[in-house]
Amino acid sequence: MPDHQEQVAIKGKPAEGFVPKIVAFTCNFCAYAAADLAGSTRTEYPVNIKLIRVPCTGRVDVVHLLKAFEHGADGVYVAGCLEGNCHFAEGNYWAKRRVRYAKKILDEIGVGSRRLEMFNLSAAMFGRFVEVANIMNDRITEMGPSPLNKK
Amino acid sequence: MIVAEQKPMEEIAEMIKDFNKILILGCGGCVSVCLSGGEKEAGIMASALKMFVKNNQNRDIEITHMTIARQCDWEYFDMVKDAMAETQACVCIGCGAGVQGLVDVYPNVPIFPGLNTGGLAVGKVPGVWEERCAGCGNCILHLTGGLCPIARCSKHILNGPCGGSEKGMCEVDPKTIECVWHLIYERLKSIGKLDNIYKIMPMKDWSASSDGGVRHLTREDMAKLDAEEEHKKNVELEKKAEEAEAAAKGQG
Repeated sequence: MPDHQEQVAIKGKPAEGFVPKIVAFTCNFCAYAAADLAGSTRTEYPVNIKLIRVPCTGRVDVVHLLKAFEHGADGVYVAGCLEGNCHFAEGNYWAKRRVRYAKKILDEIGVGSRRLEMFNLSAAMFGRFVEVANIMNDRITEMGPSPLNKK
Repeated sequence: MIVAEQKPMEEIAEMIKDFNKILILGCGGCVSVCLSGGEKEAGIMASALKMFVKNNQNRDIEITHMTIARQCDWEYFDMVKDAMAETQACVCIGCGAGVQGLVDVYPNVPIFPGLNTGGLAVGKVPGVWEERCAGCGNCILHLTGGLCPIARCSKHILNGPCGGSEKGMCEVDPKTIECVWHLIYERLKSIGKLDNIYKIMPMKDWSASSDGGVRHLTREDMAKLDAEEEHKKNVELEKKAEEAEAAAKGQG
């Protein structure tokens, strides 16, 4: 059994074979560092989450979020610094607004806004990083594949 | 600047339901500034429309997107010549003038509007625009302290304020719409021209607005003619000038 299915099995979910593809845009100064710390402390998080490191979540644009879905992601999330602690002052606020805008588009095109989320955490919060990864993994596993991937 | 907003995805998808290869053409002018039809928005629309069609019409379509500097001057349309030759249809996300400019240059390609064009507006704060000019063709801003009652009064009245003005707000929506006639009063007071508001404005001359068919604007010295026509026109004008000269001499 591949690792990711074990993860699902450990969490008491039925391993039906569906493993969501999840893309996470992570800020270099917080979420990415938290993921690194999670690795150093041997804390596991679902392996089907693909991290994309960005210099700041303010770099993430609506079109990047949509492209992720267009290219087959079942879920996408953006993980940036805690509010008020952005390395570039307000990049995470911009990211939050863009996520909100992209959610509207996702509802309009029938993909569903619940497949996209924004989280805030600091570089030290590796426990929260793992929690967030599990929250998204559980949510998307429950929702099933993106309607674009079913067809 | 001309402001516009994107049409619902469903409406655009319905327009292009018979085509499999679409070009989304953005405009780098006004609609780019009001964040509805520029390069970034063309990219977002291309991605969203592709997913919408796949999800709702069960088919894969090829969507490309390009943006040109302006869609209201025909010179720029030449840059998309190859893309227009390859595509089956085009969704134009310029203003209404842009769509029709494109139709003039590419009469054989089906062209659909991707935006609803609003009007002439200014940005109030980032992301918020408010209409300021109705393009009526007969400006009265010199009488109203630079604030336009045609564009900004809910009733477009020329001798306001009306009875619906209360505490500076308009009865149409007292929470969001300011009474422009209240603003005009305040403005005229501050520039010492309050006597303007006591003058009764006659009925507006709308002949410069929607009367007499499509409006044209011509600067004769800039309008280019072909050489033969230009020569004829010059001969005619010289002849007139000579006649006028002769008449002046005769009188003297």
